[in-house]
Amino acid sequence: MTMIQISFSDRYNITPLRSLMTSAGAFAAGLIVIGLIFAFVGVNPFYAISEIFMGSFGSVYGIKETITKAIPLILVGAGLTLAFRAKFWNIGAEGQLLMGAIFATWTAQTLGPSLPSWAIVPIMFAAGFIGGAFWGIIPAFLKIKYAINEVITTLMLNYICAEFLTMLIVGPWKGKTRFGFPGTDNLPDSAILGIISGSRIHYATLILALASCLILWVVIYRTRFGYEARVVGENPDAGKYAGINFLKTSLILMAISGGLAGFAGVGEVAGIHHYLGYPASVSSGYGFTAIIVAWLAKLNPVYAILSGLVFAGIVVGGDAIQISLGLPAATVQIVNGTLLIFLIMGDYFLNHQFKIRFKKK
Amino acid sequence: MEEIIISTIQRTMVAGTPLLLATTGEVLCERSGILNLGVEGVMAVGAVVAFIVTMTTGQPWLGVLAAVAAGMAISVIHAVASVSLQANQVVSGLALTMLGLGLSGMMGKPYVGKPLTIKMDDVAIPWLCDLPVVGNIFFNQSPFFYLAVFLALVAWFFLERTRLGIQVRSTGENPRATETQGVNVYLLQYWSVIIGGGFSALAGAHLSISYSKSWVEGMTAGRGWIAIALTIFALWNPGRAIWASFVFGGIFVAQYLLQPLGISPNFLAMLPYVATLVILLLISLRDPRKLNAPAMLATPYKRGER
Repeated sequence: MTMIQISFSDRYNITPLRSLMTSAGAFAAGLIVIGLIFAFVGVNPFYAISEIFMGSFGSVYGIKETITKAIPLILVGAGLTLAFRAKFWNIGAEGQLLMGAIFATWTAQTLGPSLPSWAIVPIMFAAGFIGGAFWGIIPAFLKIKYAINEVITTLMLNYICAEFLTMLIVGPWKGKTRFGFPGTDNLPDSAILGIISGSRIHYATLILALASCLILWVVIYRTRFGYEARVVGENPDAGKYAGINFLKTSLILMAISGGLAGFAGVGEVAGIHHYLGYPASVSSGYGFTAIIVAWLAKLNPVYAILSGLVFAGIVVGGDAIQISLGLPAATVQIVNGTLLIFLIMGDYFLNHQFKIRFKKK
Repeated sequence: MEEIIISTIQRTMVAGTPLLLATTGEVLCERSGILNLGVEGVMAVGAVVAFIVTMTTGQPWLGVLAAVAAGMAISVIHAVASVSLQANQVVSGLALTMLGLGLSGMMGKPYVGKPLTIKMDDVAIPWLCDLPVVGNIFFNQSPFFYLAVFLALVAWFFLERTRLGIQVRSTGENPRATETQGVNVYLLQYWSVIIGGGFSALAGAHLSISYSKSWVEGMTAGRGWIAIALTIFALWNPGRAIWASFVFGGIFVAQYLLQPLGISPNFLAMLPYVATLVILLLISLRDPRKLNAPAMLATPYKRGER
């Protein structure tokens, strides 16, 4: 009689190819489970999944929309790769994005009418970065100074920022041109971002997103700060002996992480909507989806460009099947949650090797 | 005036009930060393399952049972990821929340805005409910209220006074030493995560079939996350969780009390979240050694290693 024995042991030689294969395997396994969920609710899984793919990458229009939605995901996701490397669990990118949008709107409405485009656009992006960074350093400060769990603080700050934004747009910032509906007036023309004609791709933010990823890669792998951020995450005890200033490092990395989310907020307001509306319309959960973007990118900001495109595709394709198959908006959350679960489970098979032996008894 | 005060305290008890249920569950789970950030998602699943089953069968208690079963079932995902596969518990919990919120949105779509006609009546405790003032506040409440307080006391007794409870606590402090005592650490952690999930789902059931008697997407409104903060506030002690939860229930009620004063409702809606930050700040001013956090919280345990 043959016995099958499976034994696991740690794996030390993790090659990029193996890493890619594990992610692909986890992704495929996740898709199978998603397919089962679709089948369970009475939707043909092959049709649904192919519709998601065709809706996002299957047409010129789909690809343009996918790139548009990838802009905020790449920006936020890249920022999260830095925070997560330092094991700073920033779940507050959604709030940081909204704060960036608020700062940008204020700047554009105040200075925009009297400034030309070449002046107001950079100022607006700077304001958005500051807004996101401001909202990001609060939890960093609370974590290092008072040992308060950052998962809770970043999340609470999401809710606080969303209520604050709503308070502004139904109150003091309510626009005269909105006919009583909540929302600010449109931003001045000089502050509206240019688009690639025939699409909604606001190219200034796209260029900024790609540049941010490359710069961040250099920061993480080639600078002292990036090294310190990684040590803070991987071996805090060693970091203390090495004299790393945890407060300074955490404040800077959260300023960058929050600031990049703030950039995304500027892009959504000045590039897509042209006014500040309800929080759920400014950002459709980009701050949360970007967590998966960062994880699929293996916390590498350059890979975040690709994984940002993948998840933008799921967002766009998800919208498509909502219309064609009558599925609720929550479908995208199911897809995202399932894929994330399989991605982290896949890490086990990346970090461990298993041997299957057949023993004769 | 007296009536207003009594009704305010009564509503405080109602608002604190789901927080207490979810916090008790999270305390149990975290005491075994596993951080579960899936509370918000499991709560949403519990809420929607309880609503659907109650509506279709007309039996609220059947709805509650189904919710608890669903909450326990979906929590197995987190147990497999964080215990067996030693995955990152922060990310795994987040994934569970995403999945739970998504599934609840999908399952509940046909039920949005439908009122629940079958009510779960308040239960007046004989004799005690006739007491002046406190009678109405504590002894004429929804069954969930009694259940929440009772389960929190049971959880306290379990963790502090029973052999198995001490094994759960020592698993969270030092799993290797616990295992050498012949305890199956993985099994204890699995059950802690699963039972904790059952508690979260119970909290959700209270929201949909007793508190608001309807289902809307996102009705959990961050209560799951507040429960995770309350776990810290309660210093991982279910007994302390009782009053911690009702303090927060009071903050939820304060929103509605202050509204007639002309304060922006959005500003008032920030209150529970701001209060969470303030409470955590106050707690952190204590001596960290007295915080009582399980030593191995969120650290995966690998068998057979030194």
